[in-house]
Amino acid sequence: MVHAAEGDVPEGIDIFIPPWYDIFWSAVMFIALFGIFWKYVLPRMKTALEARSEGIEKKLEQAEVERNEARALLEQYREQLAEARSEAARIRADAQAERESIVTEARSEAQEAAAAVNERAEMQLTAEAERVRTALSGDIGRLATELAEKIVGETLDRERVSATVDRFIDELEAAGGGQEQR
Amino acid sequence: MFEGTLFEFTRVNLIQLIMTVAVASFFIVAFRNPKIVPRGVQNLGELAVQFVQTQIIDMIMGVSGRRYLPYLATLFFFILAMNLAGLVPFLNLAGTSVVAIPLMFAIVAWLTFNIAGIRKHGFVPYLKTNLFPPGVPKPVYVLLTPIEFLSTFILRPVTLTIRLLANMMAGHLMLVLFFSGATYLLLDAEWFLKPFGLGAAAMGFFITAFEILIALLQAYIFTLLTALYIAGAESEHH
Repeated sequence: MVHAAEGDVPEGIDIFIPPWYDIFWSAVMFIALFGIFWKYVLPRMKTALEARSEGIEKKLEQAEVERNEARALLEQYREQLAEARSEAARIRADAQAERESIVTEARSEAQEAAAAVNERAEMQLTAEAERVRTALSGDIGRLATELAEKIVGETLDRERVSATVDRFIDELEAAGGGQEQR
Repeated sequence: MFEGTLFEFTRVNLIQLIMTVAVASFFIVAFRNPKIVPRGVQNLGELAVQFVQTQIIDMIMGVSGRRYLPYLATLFFFILAMNLAGLVPFLNLAGTSVVAIPLMFAIVAWLTFNIAGIRKHGFVPYLKTNLFPPGVPKPVYVLLTPIEFLSTFILRPVTLTIRLLANMMAGHLMLVLFFSGATYLLLDAEWFLKPFGLGAAAMGFFITAFEILIALLQAYIFTLLTALYIAGAESEHH
């Protein structure tokens, strides 16, 4: 194979003098290849490369937009979270205040109720004491009269005795009333 | 085929045709249905074209040189494919190891950078900046102008041509030398010489690997220099 070329190879100064047909064919091939590169390969490559750059640029822009959106969204969420937190704090404070007011109210109501119960009991006691005193004073008058009759041995004029006893008891009461705290 | 006419078609031309079709099909397949997210061969195609764009054009000419991308990319991949043909089994001959292709590219490069310079600055100012560089005492121009003329307008295409041609021819000769040597030593030589055949084969292997590097490097250098000449012709200061 290697030897086969030897016959074609020019020698001496012929090396540097091309035959016309060689130049012709070389030129044909070169022009053909040039045409292919010029009109087909390079424009297509350029189109592809431009489309690629454009695509990359678009992707980058889109990524930038999306990043900004995400950032805005995050900011919004943070604001909402802070709002929710302050809202919760406010509600808690309100509840605290409300609870205090409810307690206070309940306490004052209870105190009022207790006071009313006290008053009523006191009134009942007073009335009872009055009734007991009246009953006692009647009993004491009757006993004193019976005692006096037994001592004197005769029946006394009831009405007079009763008046006397009542006066006596009134005097006692007047004397006791000075000392007793009512 | 068509011997003696303009359309004579030799083995080298066939190799060139095969490699041209290979490069063209690779890039057509790579960008047949370009995706925004590249897969498989499209990745490779983009990588290859962007190598030319960033490593050659952006570095030498700046972003304004991108309009030369079709030309320089074709140049790079055409030369690379032609160079690699020298290593492809059954082709075994670099398309660039005949003078026609390097010379043609050198002429195209020469035309391109001169036309670019003249279009940018006008014919006379362009010649003036190239042949009469400023900042030199006037008598020096007697010496400098012929040198500048020679180096810019004559030697540039010549060196472009010879650098590529000689590299590829030399690579081809090296491969032929080592592989034919190995074949001879292993098959036909005296028994005690046979071990050297292995050495020659090993050398051939290393030269092959080296040739891959050279193929890439020469394609890169040719394209780089073309870009450099165009950028130099278009620049304000020389």
